[in-house]
Amino acid sequence: MAKQDARAEKTIQKLRAMGLETVREVGAGKNPSIEIPLRALSNVNFNERKQIIELGTAKQERFLFKVGMARKFMQTFLVASACKDLLEAGKTTSIRDLYYITKHTLGSSRANTFEEQDESDPIIEDLEVTIDSLREELNLHASNKGAAVGDITVVDSGDTIDLRHMGSGGWSVPSICEPNVIQFKNNKAKYVLLVEKDAVWRRLNEDKFWLKHHCILVHGGGMVARGLRRFLYRLHNELELPVYVVVDNDPWGLYIYSVVKQGSINLAYESVRMAIPKARFLGLSSFDREQFELPPNVTIKLNDQDKRRAEQMLKYPWFEKKQWQKEIQHLLKSGVKLELEALSAKGISFISDRYLSQKIEAKQFLV
Amino acid sequence: MKKSASKSASQTELPLGRAARAADKKSPARGKPKLKLVKRPAGAGDKEPAPALPLKVAAAGSTAGTTAAAEAIASGAMALPEAAGPRRRATAETLATKQREISVAEFFTKNRHLLGFDNPAKALLTTVKEAVDNSLDACEEAGILPELLVEITEINQERFRVAVQDNGPGIVAKQVPNIFGKLLYGSKFHRLRQSRGQQGIGISAAGMYGLLTTGKPVVITSRTGKGRPAHHFELIIDTKKNRAEVIVDTEVEWEGVDHGTRVEIELAATYKTGRRSLDEYLSQTAIANPHARVFYQPPKGRPQQMFERASSELPPEPKEIKPHPHGVELGALIETLKSTKARWLSSALQEEFSRVSLAVAQQICEAAGLDPHEKPQRLSTGDVEKLHRAIPTVKILAPPASCVVPIGETLVHAGLAKEIKADFVVSCTRPPAVYRGNPFVIEVGLAYGGELIQGGEAADDDDGAAAGGDDGGAADQPIRLLRLANRVPLLYQQSACAIFGAVTETRWKNYGLTQPRGSLPLGPMVLMVHMASVWVPFTSESKEAIAHYPQIIKEVKLALAECGRRLATHLRSLENRRHEAKRRSIFELYCGELVESLHSLTGREKKKLKQQLLDLAKKHTGFDEDEDEGVDDAVAAADTAGRGGAGDDGEED
Repeated sequence: MAKQDARAEKTIQKLRAMGLETVREVGAGKNPSIEIPLRALSNVNFNERKQIIELGTAKQERFLFKVGMARKFMQTFLVASACKDLLEAGKTTSIRDLYYITKHTLGSSRANTFEEQDESDPIIEDLEVTIDSLREELNLHASNKGAAVGDITVVDSGDTIDLRHMGSGGWSVPSICEPNVIQFKNNKAKYVLLVEKDAVWRRLNEDKFWLKHHCILVHGGGMVARGLRRFLYRLHNELELPVYVVVDNDPWGLYIYSVVKQGSINLAYESVRMAIPKARFLGLSSFDREQFELPPNVTIKLNDQDKRRAEQMLKYPWFEKKQWQKEIQHLLKSGVKLELEALSAKGISFISDRYLSQKIEAKQFLV
Repeated sequence: MKKSASKSASQTELPLGRAARAADKKSPARGKPKLKLVKRPAGAGDKEPAPALPLKVAAAGSTAGTTAAAEAIASGAMALPEAAGPRRRATAETLATKQREISVAEFFTKNRHLLGFDNPAKALLTTVKEAVDNSLDACEEAGILPELLVEITEINQERFRVAVQDNGPGIVAKQVPNIFGKLLYGSKFHRLRQSRGQQGIGISAAGMYGLLTTGKPVVITSRTGKGRPAHHFELIIDTKKNRAEVIVDTEVEWEGVDHGTRVEIELAATYKTGRRSLDEYLSQTAIANPHARVFYQPPKGRPQQMFERASSELPPEPKEIKPHPHGVELGALIETLKSTKARWLSSALQEEFSRVSLAVAQQICEAAGLDPHEKPQRLSTGDVEKLHRAIPTVKILAPPASCVVPIGETLVHAGLAKEIKADFVVSCTRPPAVYRGNPFVIEVGLAYGGELIQGGEAADDDDGAAAGGDDGGAADQPIRLLRLANRVPLLYQQSACAIFGAVTETRWKNYGLTQPRGSLPLGPMVLMVHMASVWVPFTSESKEAIAHYPQIIKEVKLALAECGRRLATHLRSLENRRHEAKRRSIFELYCGELVESLHSLTGREKKKLKQQLLDLAKKHTGFDEDEDEGVDDAVAAADTAGRGGAGDDGEED
């Protein structure tokens, strides 16, 4: 664990440096400020070569003595000092826990340092980009989200876990999947299959799909969390496993896929260690309805928001390729969306017995 | 006469014709039959204009007369067939026996509301007001710093004795009966010069009212100088003859008074406090006359009050001027040209009017198509009409302002500041302007906040209690408007006054006050508007409201805007201070938190860091270095700074 200590020490140094800079500015009679890389659409760009979303160079300056910024300025340092305490104690905690650690009433007023966790989470992200340390390096984690089973064994904090014997629930993917926490062993899987939701994942697990097809089966419970994205990234890069993504055939599904593939705007600074540009979009495709002769009554009409989202996506640089334009335009033209469960109309195990294997074998995926 | 009556062709003219002759019979010397024709039916036979009736009164009388005449003509015309019947009700001769002169005094006995004696509360106020007006006018004309004593004694619930004493020049014994016993007798009517009194009605009317309601004479004591005896008079006014009957005239000792006049009138009255009370009148008088010292002894055992003077300099003496040609009326022009001593038309114009030079006179003549060398007395009515039409087309300088003496910005400020403990006081005196040929000056004083706010809060506390009425200071209460004309407070008929109109028409929202549509703005504010003029156009003889002349309203609005702008600046700076104080308290709260975090991160000493941060907070919230008492003192600091802010506008405290 010496390596861990050295890393923690480095992070502590960064936090201290931030504090010292502010102390220096106060001493010099300046309005103290911190520079925070801007996490907004205006400050992200799509790296054509790497095929990922990257954070730009724009920064925002957060001043103490500006009415709109004072609170956030105070909060940033509050979180920083709490993280420093965590690192010194060698403990990790959840971001929710951190919210409670740092929340207290301000002086004699009725205001609190934080009113909602929604207020503290972005401050943590601000701190991450400001001192260029990831959440994990600040000894913070989110709640576990997502589950995995498959033809592989992992070591999680020293415990060896065989993902082949995880029963019906699977292994809960922790929010920190750094190499010092998670190591891979005895891999026999040939690919990773990410499905959007828990229900479909259970069907596939029950049908032992991963055993028949030698793969790792994971779900993100909707939007893919940072821990799971890191897990997928490491499987893809360290074990060179292709990642297939199966989501609903709607703009939200496409968005989940696009986050896995290129990264998100909010976490653009993490893209480089999370994005999987080669992730394969397996389905559902808007063409599947015809191909698999799905009955028309399983479709849902696109609402206005769906249409707007789809039209926006047509303009995204990473969906500029012909096959994507075709896919999205077909979605818009058909005017309907499909959920993964729609496949069950053809039989309860239609997805595991026929749909997935047929598509993977026929290499019917988009990249 | 029978002849004309039988002539059916002129039937409708018949009564008029009769009247004309009847009137001619009674006073054959009178020159204007036209007027008399109208007059006769007016009073159903017993009214005739008094010979010396001055313009104003005559105008009022004749308006009433004209309407009555019109009615009479109409009814006469309709009644004629009947009248032509067998029985005649009256002949011209019988009517003539009833036709006689009405004295002005009689007229006002019947119409005392016109003079401000409509009810007992108002009567008390009007009486004091007339006496005080006279005293102040007299002192100022004589160049004496006024020192007044106003005493109200309660005789019983409905009867009071008013005594007003001044240190003025006194009145020559011979004139006392005329001044106090004759209506329309005075020195101020015939001249164009600024003064409080105008017509010479007021004090005699008050005496008359007292006599009518109590039967007690007016008591006057006056002394014109050291070494001369003081005279004591008791007068009764003979309303029929419009003159005083002297009951008592003695020389008396007057201890401690070198010169001055004391008037005592006993009258039916009630004493009230509040908005339109005597107390309020005196307080406003003190504001408008910062050079006067007034002692006031209220009735009912209330303690004596003294309104100390804020300035021991007399206002400059107003100059008398000739009328300005702009706004002169045709009748007046005819009269002037007839009575002028000038031999040429052009020189008549130059001599009888102000601001008319030879060049201007020639221009007027040219525009009228008249020869400047014409004899003015011989001009026909048609020619004078031409002249009258020509005058407005010629550019003439505004009348000289020397005849109008405003209180002045500094003294308006001082007067307000003396009587009202407000946070913020501004004043504005407009340059002279003209309405109908009369120069006038508008002044506005504005006091905001301070005790006015507290007064409002107190009124809120006892919620609904009658006390809430007087202070008019709460934030959601209408402002208090003080209207003054030639330094005399106007307490009644606010909504009929041009000043009220101008205030309500001003958009106070632009100056940071809320204002319900068409009413006074709301807020802890006292607004004083003064009109100084050689002739203030009141809507009635009781001098309660100023007539709506567009020029007057415009000037008032301009002055209000000027003060309003400065008020807005003040309110904005108050708002900023409040905002800054709030900001600073937020910063202080966050700084405390930040110090903990920084200490934990860097291990630096908390105390020093905190001090540095608090200093920075002050710097960044616009507070001066020396005002470091903390948030609670921020309001006090804002006040001082607020006054400083007003100074930026050229306002000196």
